[in-house]
Amino acid sequence: MSEDAKPARPAKVPFAPSSRDWLEPTVKFAAGRWSYSAKPKSLRTLEFPNPRDWSPDQPDWKLPDNWKEIILQGLRERMDRFRSLRLFMDCCVRCGACADKCHYFIGTGDPKNMPVLRAELLRSVYRGEMTLAGRLLGRWAGGRRLTPEVLKEWFYYFYQCTECRRCSVFCPFGIDQAEITMLGRELLNLLGLNINWVMEPAAKCFTTGNHLGITPHGLKDNLEFFVDSIEEITGVRVNPSINRKGADVLFVAPSGDLLAEPGIFTLMGYLLVLHQSGLNYTWSSYASEGGNFGMFASHELMKGLNAKIYAEARRLGVKWILGGECGHMWRVAHQYMETMNGPADFLQEPISPITGTHFQNARTTRMVHIAEFTADLIQQGKLKLAPERNDRYRVTFHDSCNPARSMGLLEEPRYILRSTCRHFHEMPAETIREKTFCCGCGAGLGGEECMDLRMRGGIPRAEAVRSVREKYGVNLLSSICAIDRAVLPTLMDHWVPGVGVAGLHELVGNALVLDGEKERTINLRGEPLHEGET
Amino acid sequence: MPTITLSGEPFEVDEDGFIQDPARWNESVAKGLASEEGITELTEDHWKVIRFLHNYYAQFGSAPMVRKLSKETGFDLKTIYKLFPTGPAKGACKLAGLPKPTGCV
Repeated sequence: MSEDAKPARPAKVPFAPSSRDWLEPTVKFAAGRWSYSAKPKSLRTLEFPNPRDWSPDQPDWKLPDNWKEIILQGLRERMDRFRSLRLFMDCCVRCGACADKCHYFIGTGDPKNMPVLRAELLRSVYRGEMTLAGRLLGRWAGGRRLTPEVLKEWFYYFYQCTECRRCSVFCPFGIDQAEITMLGRELLNLLGLNINWVMEPAAKCFTTGNHLGITPHGLKDNLEFFVDSIEEITGVRVNPSINRKGADVLFVAPSGDLLAEPGIFTLMGYLLVLHQSGLNYTWSSYASEGGNFGMFASHELMKGLNAKIYAEARRLGVKWILGGECGHMWRVAHQYMETMNGPADFLQEPISPITGTHFQNARTTRMVHIAEFTADLIQQGKLKLAPERNDRYRVTFHDSCNPARSMGLLEEPRYILRSTCRHFHEMPAETIREKTFCCGCGAGLGGEECMDLRMRGGIPRAEAVRSVREKYGVNLLSSICAIDRAVLPTLMDHWVPGVGVAGLHELVGNALVLDGEKERTINLRGEPLHEGET
Repeated sequence: MPTITLSGEPFEVDEDGFIQDPARWNESVAKGLASEEGITELTEDHWKVIRFLHNYYAQFGSAPMVRKLSKETGFDLKTIYKLFPTGPAKGACKLAGLPKPTGCV
């Protein structure tokens, strides 16, 4: 981390415009703002081009001789294939509405992190190489040629975008900056320019079933550990199954919840709700990952990873799919699945067997979010809740970008929080719901090596948490994304020490009164239910 | 890929010094990596953590939950941090020859 981003000395962010022409590529790979390159082994597994050892901070990127031709041909093909890209290349009027909406621009002050300018890095090449005006007039028409320096600039800035789409909410044309980043990264991937935090987990999804490489027997071992822990806390033994044919529902969670705190407490919450509801469901060791890092690399990879879940649903013969508190999984499911792998008409329209509710919003994907499932159970009076068990917490809610902006999951988590916690406080209106600020680490930018970028990008979210900490004494930041659970603890420790992080279903698990449970004295973390007790 | 020399043998490591081939791990590798992690001497407590991690990885192919590590070794998180100042996922896993965990963790 650079010196000026230490909490004792709040980050000094220079917003003064540079005197240099923006069309001149200026890439200095600043310490802590870039991610390690992908290992050749992962690229070979995924059958991606140009596997080799290289590093973004070294001068030689070991590109094929015809790299320029590959990129321009790749851009042409994608302009033909994606109407959205063609539109986004031409329709921006550079009004600047998006400029100050990006957490990375706010945190770094780097003008090329303004969404409009980040997109111009690609548009300028489109104009300079592919339009008549740009070819004739060059920079007078906002065009430039594709040079090795421009390519490095693309890599630097397309890996400083979390595809969170906050800027798109404010764009009068609705330009989807995430799709520009996705396409920009897809082009870079044609040359083997990618980052390890994306490619290694994606490769492991195919070799072992999930990002973390948890094997089938590892999955079983972990679930047994949670079953024992739950029994110690509640006196009730839950009985999850794996790869069971005859189950009504396939449950798919992000694999981070199987391994790391605080995700494991969220997972214990899933187990408790699913047990108490009586749903006939199964886990899978093949589809043991909700997250889809293909969205950060290429459409083909995204499609392949999404297809795994549906292939397993078909193999097991379930009626529908229930998904856990994952982030990017839900943009893929709601906005890409139907045209990539759908329709999932071999599954049934999801109906809760407990309440009879039809989840009509999921009638094409046949995939229901667990917050929808649980909110319905609560609303229909099927769960007995003791919200006072969460009294040690003053809770606020971070809308995770993709469930909020890509599927509109805004009310269900709040309904659940109000039902399971007695002290719930919202952050300022411009930082929540569809205007939520990113955790600063999405789209593969969760590596330790880009910590400076992470902490800077997280400033807007951290400031919003600070405001409710000061106003209401908030001490817990809840969210519904595994990347959030992995990275927000570091962000909170850095900017707002004393605020913990939890998934929604951890709080549900604490409050849920189970049939036959013993008197609960500790929560799922093993802490006493009320502050001050020992 | 960077290479380091441990007991006279070259080992490929990643950017953060994790050895790339867990099969080549042995106790002298752990000893060689210890100084990098700010550990002057590997005590019996260190070995208890390292052996558990190594054996778990050999059996399951991935790192265990930190809770499981605590339960099996009897060391709470604070003690593990005392033993391995960079923590269980970095320091302890590195010395036990495990790859660096990558994903939503």
